[in-house]
Amino acid sequence: MYDPTVARLTYRALLGRRRALILFALPALLLVIAGAVRALTGADDQIASNVLGGFALATMVPIIGVIAGTGAIGPEIDDGSVVYLLAKPVKRPTIIFTKLIVAVAVTMVFSAIPTFVAGLILNGNGQQIAVAYTVAALIASIAYAAVFLLLGTVTRHAVVFGLVYALVWEALFGSLVPGARTLSIQQWSLAVAQKVAGSDLVTSDVGLPLATVLLAGVTVAATWYAGQKLRTLTLAGEE
Amino acid sequence: MTTIDIDHVSRWFGNVVAVNDITMTVGPGVTGLLGPNGAGKSTLINMMGGFLSPSTGSVTLDGRPIWRNEQIYRHIGIVPEREAMYDFLTGREFVVANAELHGLNERAAQRALATVEMEYAQDRKISTYSKGMRQRVKMASALVHEPSVLLLDEPFNGMDPRQRMQLMDLLRRMGDEGRTVLFSSHILEEVEQLASHIEVIVAGRHAASGDFRKIRRLMTDRPHRYLVRSSDDRALAAALIADPSTAGIEVDVTEGALHIQAVDFGRFTALLPRVARDHGIRLFTVSPSDESLESVFSYLVAA
Repeated sequence: MYDPTVARLTYRALLGRRRALILFALPALLLVIAGAVRALTGADDQIASNVLGGFALATMVPIIGVIAGTGAIGPEIDDGSVVYLLAKPVKRPTIIFTKLIVAVAVTMVFSAIPTFVAGLILNGNGQQIAVAYTVAALIASIAYAAVFLLLGTVTRHAVVFGLVYALVWEALFGSLVPGARTLSIQQWSLAVAQKVAGSDLVTSDVGLPLATVLLAGVTVAATWYAGQKLRTLTLAGEE
Repeated sequence: MTTIDIDHVSRWFGNVVAVNDITMTVGPGVTGLLGPNGAGKSTLINMMGGFLSPSTGSVTLDGRPIWRNEQIYRHIGIVPEREAMYDFLTGREFVVANAELHGLNERAAQRALATVEMEYAQDRKISTYSKGMRQRVKMASALVHEPSVLLLDEPFNGMDPRQRMQLMDLLRRMGDEGRTVLFSSHILEEVEQLASHIEVIVAGRHAASGDFRKIRRLMTDRPHRYLVRSSDDRALAAALIADPSTAGIEVDVTEGALHIQAVDFGRFTALLPRVARDHGIRLFTVSPSDESLESVFSYLVAA
């Protein structure tokens, strides 16, 4: 199911592009914010939770998920170089699964680690807040990577759709329409974080059992469907 | 023996028919797929390569379907027309990756790189390669598993004459070894130099099939039109019309040029400079005025 050659090519493509700069810029921004907040207000559990929930989990994790998820396959399909992967006796689901692993790993490294470090800076992991949001970021990384990898496989405008989902649906609609929050990777991962923190500082609109089922279901379904789409990927000619 | 069978294949995109009911068999040796731009060559090659499903009909390799059958790539090597490859890799890294995806090791990659004579530049990044070098690395990536079928889409585009010769030699060698080599081109001379067998596609239809000499004759026997400017148009016209290789000459006074219709292409091209020299006439312009491929091909279709 896992092809090391596909993985190597995907890592190099992801981290070698200019887009990869955002992978470094966002975590750096988070750490700067955390440092500034700590310097200005001192250690405060509520503020720490607000920063990690409002910026790290709500903005940084999905954007990094978009870049890693769509970037793991989208550019190759766009420029046609995916033909070198497809013209091989390698099962299509293997290609997708491998790319998913890479996208998940990249998203985790660039979102969960900075989240944890920012949590330590903000309140020294008081009330388990840093750990809780780090767990949320790790779990969200898997689901985001899977969904955005599927987007990258089915549309050329994956980055736009991904950002619209992450920022408009989850952030905007989520704050206006309560129902939208049920269909939000961010809320699902918060449900897990709530369990870890065990306090009122981290809350989710979705119960843990439902969140778990949805997270697993979406990840599996998106990955399976991406594999199917890749099997019948049509490379339009130049004509 | 590896044979690609294209059986009553059509492919349309929305309302546009790109390939229209084509039936052909591509066997061992070098086959040229000839046709003007937009004729449907790439669409056909994409179907043979398994990157496009036929709307109707079937494309098979020794009886096995090509579409949605990734195991078929053990036997097929593909050289796409598009330039994009993993530019951030070196040539060697790229070919090694292709070998690994076939379950082969670095030795296979080195052999393929040697075959295309790219060892000297194998450690440079692909982004620094010239068009011809890219083409050769693409070739190497298609050859790592020694496929019995090689499909090349416009392989000579953008190559300089020396690179073209090298690639032609290589493809000829592959054909002589009994591999099934199919390449597309919109340039008759390329196809003629290389392919023993030609399939002509015009506007999505299978226009001609067979030996290149037959097709060449069809193409060269048609009337050619030339525009000629010289130091003495009338004297030149008078001398040329006496020869049976010309069918008509018009003196275009406003343009200051001759419009010549030649019926025997080979003879006319030898005649013109000789007549000019014999009569002390200087030629300023000699340009074919209907050499557009469309006119060549439409003539071919009508024949």
